[in-house]
Amino acid sequence: MSEASADFWKRVADSDLLYSFRRSPGAIIAAVVTLGLGLAALLAPWIAPHDPFDPAGLSILDNFLPPAWEEGGDARFLLGTDDQGRDLLSAMLYGLRISLAVGFASVILAMIVGVWLGLIAGYVGGFADVIIMRVADVQMTFPAILIALLLAGIFRGTAGPGSSDSATMMLLIISISLSFWVQYARTVRGSVLVQASKEYVEAARLIGVSSIGIMVRHILPNVLAPVLVIATINLALAIIIEATLSFLGVGVPSGRPSLGTLIRIGNDYLFSGEWWITLFPGVLLGVLALSVNLFGDWLRDALNPKLA
Amino acid sequence: MVSFIFSRLMQAIATMLVVTLIAFVLFRYVGDPVNQMVGIETSLEQRETLREQLGLNDSMSVQYLRFVVRALHLDFGVSYQQKEAVSAMIAQRLPATLELTLVSVIFAIGFGVPLGVLSGLHPRSLASRAFMVLSLIGVSLPTFLIGILLIFVFSVQLGWLPSFGRGETVLIGGWSTGFLTSSGLQSLILPSITLGLFQMTLIMRLVRSEIMEVLPTDYIKFARARGLSDRVIHFGHALRNTMIPVITVTGLQIGSIIAFSIITETVFQWPGMGLLFLQAVQNVDIPVMAAYLMLIAFLFVTINLAVDLLYVTVDPRIRLAGTPA
Repeated sequence: MSEASADFWKRVADSDLLYSFRRSPGAIIAAVVTLGLGLAALLAPWIAPHDPFDPAGLSILDNFLPPAWEEGGDARFLLGTDDQGRDLLSAMLYGLRISLAVGFASVILAMIVGVWLGLIAGYVGGFADVIIMRVADVQMTFPAILIALLLAGIFRGTAGPGSSDSATMMLLIISISLSFWVQYARTVRGSVLVQASKEYVEAARLIGVSSIGIMVRHILPNVLAPVLVIATINLALAIIIEATLSFLGVGVPSGRPSLGTLIRIGNDYLFSGEWWITLFPGVLLGVLALSVNLFGDWLRDALNPKLA
Repeated sequence: MVSFIFSRLMQAIATMLVVTLIAFVLFRYVGDPVNQMVGIETSLEQRETLREQLGLNDSMSVQYLRFVVRALHLDFGVSYQQKEAVSAMIAQRLPATLELTLVSVIFAIGFGVPLGVLSGLHPRSLASRAFMVLSLIGVSLPTFLIGILLIFVFSVQLGWLPSFGRGETVLIGGWSTGFLTSSGLQSLILPSITLGLFQMTLIMRLVRSEIMEVLPTDYIKFARARGLSDRVIHFGHALRNTMIPVITVTGLQIGSIIAFSIITETVFQWPGMGLLFLQAVQNVDIPVMAAYLMLIAFLFVTINLAVDLLYVTVDPRIRLAGTPA
């Protein structure tokens, strides 16, 4: 380990953030659970006991098997099987993977769009500022889930029913991220207005740094803390919105079931006694959303940024 | 004061214009209205006549103006799927959603305020800590999951309450109500808890923090010194001061309640507007989507405006500060 990186790690170990982290058991549990679920999702193809999407490996005779510890359960399928005889545990791991992927992708997209629009609104000002902030105002009036649902509906209308799985996925990610950009834009704009009048920005401009250079190299680093907090809190929200849209049948394509899709499939069988198809994915989704939320809450309290 | 109201009114109208423009673009350019209305065997000529009759060949501004005027007369066109006037479909579904919303709001306030007061008075007690943990879980869990869990426990396992539909309804002058039959009332319980839970936790947390803030103030101490009973102080003096933010938040939350009613209505197969909208999204029934969009926007804008005005009348500091930017 070189001198510089040792120095870096010492600074990390001495930081307030880590100190606060060590002292809040809730945050530690939340972080460990989130990380564990993230790893499980990442490694799903290797750790899942079965490949739920390989039609050759499925047998319809295995359908509706209860969890292994229940009467009639099969040791091959720890958490039971669904209506098509898929191993529920494997389907959940793959579903987790898709839920997290859609969540991360939409948060990152929203972050990029929102941060740029915020930088432009704050730094360029004038007409661009008025337009961007007015649109943000109008959008703030409506809940994110309503906007995502509406966009998903419009995209379905324009794309038609025959569009491919990956196109549907892209449109889903776009609809979720478009319902989130406002918060980033407002926060970044506010910080930019504060930073832009400071002397170091003035100095940078005097020595001839371009507008884009000032925005990216000098102003952006100053607004990263609030952006990070918003992103963490939004990740939980994005996961919930994706699950909700998939549950409502306008989310991920049926070929790639997420946790929400699994819950929707299972919901049809709740009354006939096959509770595990709904409840296990439901619990997993709840644990995921709760731990990401708790971690976001802690991060907000620890960094304590001004959020717009 | 007058300029404040005026600017807010202008803002509301501007929002509505933007939303109607979006709805119009949706209505006019997502899919071809003529293709949606006629069958395969209709000739090109007939299509062209229909196009002319519908005014689809006029300039865009004329069409938009006509769209807005019709919307003001509650004429939202004909559903592609049901071949029925959209306004009639919505009118038929409106009572179900409004009754569900009403009961949820009553549930949210009726439980949220007392629980908030209690946990604000005794923040360290076991019960209020338990409520805080529960409320965190309630906020984190997606609405549809809460609904499914409630159905699983109370309908599937215990068999106490119905899990779908409105039960028996009574028709009073075109308004179908579920308030008058026992099956109708029973059907309301689970959906309204599902829908109101999020708002309940929100109100509870808000009241709790307000109460904790108010209790150490001088006027509460003075009330105690005057020898007033705890109940009068807590519910008369302390609670009254927390009511302004509670009213504001509850008012603004009505919008989210309507948004979340889409999910609740789907879980419980509740025949309201939300279910209608979701079916329209699934079937790409554009006129229904456009009408729902405008209706919801109108509700939101009206509520926001009302809350703004209420705030100004309740809190004189806003009036004195002049027009906020």
